[in-house]
Amino acid sequence: MTMLQGFQIALHALRLNPLRSFLTMLGIVIGVASIVTVFAIGAGAQLRLQEQIRSIGANVLMITPGAVYQGGVRLKDGSKLTMTESDVQAILEQIPEIQAAAGSIAGTAQVIHEGKNWNTTINGTTTGHFMVRDWQLSSGRYFSSAEEAAAGKVVILGSTVARELFAPDADPIGAQIRIMKVPLEVVGVLDRKGPAQDDVAFVPLTTAKLRFLGSASNINRDSVAYIIAKVAADGQMAGARSEIEGLLRQRHRVPAGQEDDFKVQDPAAAMEAQQGAIRTVALLLVAIASVSLLVGGISIMNVMIVSVTERTREIGIRRALGGRMRDIRLQFLCEALVLCLLGGAIGVLSGVTLSMTVARMAGWITSIDSEAIALALAFSIATGLIFGFYPAHKASKLSPIEALKTE
Amino acid sequence: MTATLPLISLRSVGRTYRTDGIAVTAVRNVSFDVDQGEILAVMGPSGSGKSTLMNMIGLLDLPSEGAIYLEGTNVADLSEDRRSTLRARSIGFVFQSYNLLARHNAIENVALPLVYCGVGHKERLGRAEQSLEAVGMLHRAHHFPRQLSGGEQQRVAIARALIASPLIILADEPTGALDSRTGAEILALFAALNQTGQTIVMITHDPGIATQCRRTIHLHDGELVGDETQIPLIPKRSVAS
Repeated sequence: MTMLQGFQIALHALRLNPLRSFLTMLGIVIGVASIVTVFAIGAGAQLRLQEQIRSIGANVLMITPGAVYQGGVRLKDGSKLTMTESDVQAILEQIPEIQAAAGSIAGTAQVIHEGKNWNTTINGTTTGHFMVRDWQLSSGRYFSSAEEAAAGKVVILGSTVARELFAPDADPIGAQIRIMKVPLEVVGVLDRKGPAQDDVAFVPLTTAKLRFLGSASNINRDSVAYIIAKVAADGQMAGARSEIEGLLRQRHRVPAGQEDDFKVQDPAAAMEAQQGAIRTVALLLVAIASVSLLVGGISIMNVMIVSVTERTREIGIRRALGGRMRDIRLQFLCEALVLCLLGGAIGVLSGVTLSMTVARMAGWITSIDSEAIALALAFSIATGLIFGFYPAHKASKLSPIEALKTE
Repeated sequence: MTATLPLISLRSVGRTYRTDGIAVTAVRNVSFDVDQGEILAVMGPSGSGKSTLMNMIGLLDLPSEGAIYLEGTNVADLSEDRRSTLRARSIGFVFQSYNLLARHNAIENVALPLVYCGVGHKERLGRAEQSLEAVGMLHRAHHFPRQLSGGEQQRVAIARALIASPLIILADEPTGALDSRTGAEILALFAALNQTGQTIVMITHDPGIATQCRRTIHLHDGELVGDETQIPLIPKRSVAS
């Protein structure tokens, strides 16, 4: 008897009892569906994080204001802008590992072009910002040094802003847009970097301070909201970080024993840690889902044992007509396999449907990869083989004479 | 014709079962030959060892003493798998209770032994049709066993026994579950098959059936007590093989 004949006999037998066959494979269906869904959601979350990590840029340190004391009162982190443009300058000049650095101040405002307007983040910075983040232009140019020095009325748009303000076929370069009544010339449009990153408009730091954001009374003319700095190589991150901390403590005259008035962070590392956590949770969920696969396997074994008992006479007849022990074993193994494979296929379909529904309803990114599907199917085949073997073996060991005597 | 070798030879065959340490001898010291083209009845009351003998001739069981030769080969020397394959190709079983698979229709039941002979689907169905035609059941090919009468089911079972052109048909009380008229028809079918050269061994406790076979072997308490060849009611023609 060939494998194909085994499957034909199995399909015939399972078709005779569709409800029972379906209930038997339900455990496998649920197990496989949960594994596929968990994989899809986990992989989606990882993709999203990877995209964020990529959008920050490789080997980037971020320096933000920390807690400050004013007359013994400890204020909230970031309540005072303690970083300055001269800090940026000092970091660039005194720390050799730093390739590029830029200070930024940011706020939100309405940007207007002809009939269209859009609310977005206005980031005042220097060209160094784009170097740190490896952010290329899709058209136009970066700020010139003259524009940076003289608060030039120029703007570089993130791709989302460009899309919202301009018709798809229009060239934004050279166009005039207005931000807080100030007319600005679009000199560049940036490449896509990710949905969360592209909704931004960059102006020179001087322009931002002079024309938009510098009017608040607590802002020092020299101060910036945060600094980003690019470290030359991956292995130098820790060294560069402690050098920046030493330099800034010295420059900010932080007394020994007192907390820094700034924080140096490695956002990519933080996100990688988060990614690790997601992976752990996803693995845990997969482990839980596998338990349902195990339960499904046990239920298949149970039904197969009952089926072998019910069909003892059939086994006797098949043996008398020339079925070898291995033919009988193959027949019942094929039944278990067909149950598991069908269950697995239905499970994959429901898992894919479920994760797509979750993605749509919760707005999550899900990613269905063929590896997860292959893994789930492999799991269900293994379940069929493991839990189908004992009943099949039991069937093959029946004495044909005894089997023929049963009613 | 090289009919010097008997189809089946039993030499001092015995079968002892041991259950819970108690030895029960079902068959002891039975010797006889079956030649190609014979029709033979094995007779005896219940418990005389008929079924045990049939199981051994049908390769479902092995003798605990003595030896059985099928075309000169000691069947005990064959592996379990080999004996199974030999059952598929060389033995056709006909049972008292028909033993058709209830969930398969007549033609599928008839084709079943060919699955274990490695014959492809199309050829199986073609040969099953021929076999059904030979027993006059082609018009019932797609009926399920429960839709057939006892006599019809037994005809389908005989078609199944014939499909692989076996060396021998082993029939265990083939008319035991049938009324006398239908039983007579089944016996007539066996007689007709025998006239085409088919070797048939029939096991029965019914003397009326035994008298229709040319040769009768009598068993009592597991021992052979008689082997007689009688004036045939069914005239035996010479067999050209």
